[in-house]
Amino acid sequence: MSATNSGTAPLAVPTATPSGAVPSTTPPRGRQSGRDRGQGVAGWLFVSPAITILVLFLLLPILMALWVSLTAWDGQGSPFSKDVGFVGGKNYQRLFLEDGLVRRDFMTSLRNTAFFVGFVVPTQTALALFLALVLNQKLRGRGFFRTAFYFPSVTSSVAISLVFLFLFTGSGAINATLGIFGIDGPVWFTDARGLIHAVGDGIGIWNTDAPPGALADNSIGGLTLWEWISGPSVAMCAIIFLVVWTTAGTFMLLFLAALQDLPREIEEAALIDGTSRWQRFRFVTLPQIKPTVFLVITLGLIGTWQVFDQIYIMSQGAPAKTTLTPAFLSYLYSFRQNEWGLGAAMAFILFAIIVILTSLQRFVMRDKDAIRDERAARAASRRRAQVATTDQRPGGGNR
Amino acid sequence: MPNITRAATVSGVVAVLLVAAGCGGGSSFDDKAGSDSKQKEGKASLEMLIASSGDAETKFVTDTANAWAEETGNTVKVVVAQDLTQQLSQGFAGGNPPDVFYVDASRVADLAKAGSLEPYADQVADNDDFYESLRQTFTYDGQQICVPKDFSTLALEIRADSWKAAGLTDADVPTTWDDLAAVAKKLTTGKQTGLVIGDTRDRIGAFMVQNGGWVFNEDSTEVTADTPENAEALAYVKAQLAAGTFKYPGEVDAGWGGEAFGTGKAAMTIEGNWIRGAMKNDYPDVEYSVHELPEGSAGKGTLLFTQCYGIAAASEFKEQSVSLVEALTSEEAQLAAADAFGVIPSRQSAKDGYVAKFPDDAPFVAGADYGQGPVNAAGMDSVLADFDAGLQQLKQQAPDKILGTLQSNAESALQQ
Repeated sequence: MSATNSGTAPLAVPTATPSGAVPSTTPPRGRQSGRDRGQGVAGWLFVSPAITILVLFLLLPILMALWVSLTAWDGQGSPFSKDVGFVGGKNYQRLFLEDGLVRRDFMTSLRNTAFFVGFVVPTQTALALFLALVLNQKLRGRGFFRTAFYFPSVTSSVAISLVFLFLFTGSGAINATLGIFGIDGPVWFTDARGLIHAVGDGIGIWNTDAPPGALADNSIGGLTLWEWISGPSVAMCAIIFLVVWTTAGTFMLLFLAALQDLPREIEEAALIDGTSRWQRFRFVTLPQIKPTVFLVITLGLIGTWQVFDQIYIMSQGAPAKTTLTPAFLSYLYSFRQNEWGLGAAMAFILFAIIVILTSLQRFVMRDKDAIRDERAARAASRRRAQVATTDQRPGGGNR
Repeated sequence: MPNITRAATVSGVVAVLLVAAGCGGGSSFDDKAGSDSKQKEGKASLEMLIASSGDAETKFVTDTANAWAEETGNTVKVVVAQDLTQQLSQGFAGGNPPDVFYVDASRVADLAKAGSLEPYADQVADNDDFYESLRQTFTYDGQQICVPKDFSTLALEIRADSWKAAGLTDADVPTTWDDLAAVAKKLTTGKQTGLVIGDTRDRIGAFMVQNGGWVFNEDSTEVTADTPENAEALAYVKAQLAAGTFKYPGEVDAGWGGEAFGTGKAAMTIEGNWIRGAMKNDYPDVEYSVHELPEGSAGKGTLLFTQCYGIAAASEFKEQSVSLVEALTSEEAQLAAADAFGVIPSRQSAKDGYVAKFPDDAPFVAGADYGQGPVNAAGMDSVLADFDAGLQQLKQQAPDKILGTLQSNAESALQQ
């Protein structure tokens, strides 16, 4: 118990002292800290239901899953009983190091999802921003359009997936529309051809029936380079359309809220400076809504890497495994094949991928001005502190 | 004073841990659900989990179970699952599975390996009366686990109008692969394809069986995927696909063979007796006939699909569960089920009664004598899914390569 105790006690201190308090103005300690502690207890009491729920339904299940990912649990009885074999990193090893079906499946699913994310996130962010910019103008009927664009987001993904299945059948509305322009559309959900393969074939870089040896003969993680670069299959493209269409509305709302918060004066100042429309967007509007862009991309990354329901309903990984995703594969191995350890390991790798990508993106999109300012401030305070110590004056005040 | 904060946090943490421990401390959570549990004395209250094909099946099971309960003085609760596989998994993981449930033949090995199923087949009266091929399907590690509920087999369906239009007569019904290729070619005209066949092992596998091959040897101890017999069978299908006389449903924009068949995009298809219901509901005006599949070099061959009544090893009322299963699989009950929702009885003694009532289904019933059940080795789900993905690409890929991949994958799965 002592470990937990010492672990949580320091946490109470920041809650007790408002973080904005300037140390130099702090009154004598005694009375204040007593009241602070009283407030601390109250604070902890008030948040304890939330913490209980979080620990019980979030933290514990995650830890349990982490344990399962290190075992060969077959889904019978408790994963904590003595009979469950502890296998250490074996499950992770099978996913990355052992040549076999498991690794090939997992790598295929990573490839599919990487292409999926690569197509969906930029497209949906750009589309959402575009729609928000349009609807931020004084247009007639913009209330209607706001509702219309947001509508897919509030509709059940199952219903939308079913509608898209019908739209994208071989004789469906999409192919009928393409037919008007003389294009013979593919049978979307049975077409396993990769987009990049097909385009390369079309413009004569390679021949898909006889892929270039350099690509076909070298492999990483059980898949040849040729397989890695296939691009999203035609079936996956249909799912990409669907996801972009449904999520763009949600993110449009976020952008719209951010745009409406922007101060009018800055734009007016830019107008007086004689800027063009594009310049105003690029150098005035976009920097101001950068936090929202960050949020949208982050939410997009997380949501798309975890894609499951559309796959479950529309394709179940077919055709030829080109719509297999890690989340769906994890489900398959756990529920269909009783290899829960393997399924849990996949889930944790997916988690790691998302965390890494989000941190990377945070790093790329960090506010460079703020970093410069902070550095300058820190250097200045260091200088001041130096002056203070040489002057033998107590309590510089700054950290 | 400082202790107040500490006390509050400590008590909060303790409370959370206690609640968590409460969840994890139950006796069922520590036990392994797979392990046997003792027979409990007294009247049983059974829970039965089924996946129903519709109201008729639900009513049949509920009525039969209730009649049994009344007669024996026990009680039964019949629950219709939304997703049987998942709900069963949850039951086993939680240590509280239903007593009796449907198990698909393809799942028996996985569950038997985990020790979740009670091997009760030898306690059932007249166990030998069930078709040998079906009993083999439910045998794991040399022991028959459970008794079959009913079964389906694949047969060849032919549209009467297309047949006539191509100038074919009853004498032309294909009995060999060459015949099949010839009539498929004749029947391929304009928008109509000769034969539309599902692009999975559950259809194309029939050709492997007809040629004397299969993925496993008879008792599923050895992988026999990359044999010349299998390669020949796939090569035959590949040649027909290349010629355009066979097509996969996706190519003709149909969801499955039955849809292509009903809409006239296919003159023939290979499906099981479930096609009866689909044709009756969706294409009531289409006239068609059903025939046994043509013979390959090794004679007749088809695929069997079946489910059994599983009994949980963790059940406390195994005796009563076996008795309930007996009631559900009696000859009369099976004939009643056939009447109610069109399934074929799994008891040989019910065969004559069934064929007398449904003479058109004789080709399906005949398949029971020479049919091959699904793969019944554990951990094969992903391997077979990979094989299916290969079969989808059969037009582009070499049969040897597909079978070679299957061989190595299945071998390593067998060793797991």
